[in-house]
Amino acid sequence: MKKLLNTLFVTLPDTYLALDGENIVVKQEEEILARYPLHNLEAVCTFSYAGVSPALMGACASRNVSLTFMTRTGRFLARVIGEDRGNVVLRKEQYRISDNEERSARVARNMITGKLYNNKWILERATRDYALRVDVERLKKVANSLGETMKLLREVEQLDILRGLEGSAAVQYNSVFDDLILQQKESFYFYGRSRRPPLDKVNALLSFAYTLLANDMKSALESVGLDAYVGFLHRDRPGRASLALDMMEELRGVYADRFVLSLINKKVVNDKGFYIKENLAVIMDDDTRKKVLKAWQDRKQDKIMHPYLNEKIPWGLVPYTQALLLARYIRGDLDEYPPFLWK
Amino acid sequence: MLILITYDVSTIDSEGRRRLSKVAKKCVDHGQRVQNSVFECILDATQFRRLRFELEELIDKDTDSLRFYNLGDNYKSKVQHVGAKDSYDMGDPLIL
Repeated sequence: MKKLLNTLFVTLPDTYLALDGENIVVKQEEEILARYPLHNLEAVCTFSYAGVSPALMGACASRNVSLTFMTRTGRFLARVIGEDRGNVVLRKEQYRISDNEERSARVARNMITGKLYNNKWILERATRDYALRVDVERLKKVANSLGETMKLLREVEQLDILRGLEGSAAVQYNSVFDDLILQQKESFYFYGRSRRPPLDKVNALLSFAYTLLANDMKSALESVGLDAYVGFLHRDRPGRASLALDMMEELRGVYADRFVLSLINKKVVNDKGFYIKENLAVIMDDDTRKKVLKAWQDRKQDKIMHPYLNEKIPWGLVPYTQALLLARYIRGDLDEYPPFLWK
Repeated sequence: MLILITYDVSTIDSEGRRRLSKVAKKCVDHGQRVQNSVFECILDATQFRRLRFELEELIDKDTDSLRFYNLGDNYKSKVQHVGAKDSYDMGDPLIL
């Protein structure tokens, strides 16, 4: 199994990243703040505005280190992608599936099934672990209806129907998401999903976690030679990494939502770490963002048993293993795409 | 795994000084300089063999020496630091 390497996050506003030999060097004015060997890194994610030297961009691209630029508030700006290499035969087959509604639906169906299965488990775990603190009956009801929807999904061959079922399941899951927040309830609450901009703290955290996950997913797909921009459930739209969004569906709940919940329930973040902009957008302050990033990196090191591979791997490699399994399916080595089913 | 690399390169003549800077450069490329001629490098087995080969090519075996200490994967408990010069742990989250 591939080794999980480290990610470098640069949150300081005025740093410049450059290449020196095989090292990435982080400079502020003329002072060198840090120097890391590139071969220890898997990704570099910068929130700074001073920039990155072209030499470093080239080095990252050729060594498969993903280099992502974000705004100060954590919105995605750009990624550096090198020369297109990899398996053109695999990619062409991916395009053929994407152009065919029925074949797309077969893959997308499995992804959505994975999502519902995982979300169902999140709710059921909550009823088991916090039986005295949550409304067990309410959660159980939603969990059961997610189970019912999963049965309906089995035979679906039209993407529209799939989206409909997925949408109604999402509404149900969101309706009880607030119940899973057990601490700091007066400042953290969830009434519904809002984005661009997120209008409350929970949505701000969710948006940030989804952005981080989407970046990990995009690099994972590219590293196995797939095109992150050609999806099955999400249709083509310029600049949208549709396949990464497809692949995220099954991980949103177990990877990102649970991460956000644990930040709140374990009081890693608190009420004071956010401020509201004029357009009502809720933004994290720099300190909170750092804490969230640190927790994200720590979470990636946690080990889990991969249910399909039957191998113990760090959470951080789950996007990569799923990308690998998808590539195997597209190549014809697997009969079905096996989604990540959390236990 | 964590490999600790230390070296002594004879700097009596200019040829030696040139070797020293080449060895130092090679080590900087692969790890963290923790003291003047001491480097900590996180490498996998292949990277280690390659680095070791390249370093051996650089030195003059009659006058210089290289030492490699393999501290394995569970190196965190094996290293303690006292005094000046901060270092980072390549396994920890890297957030600046």
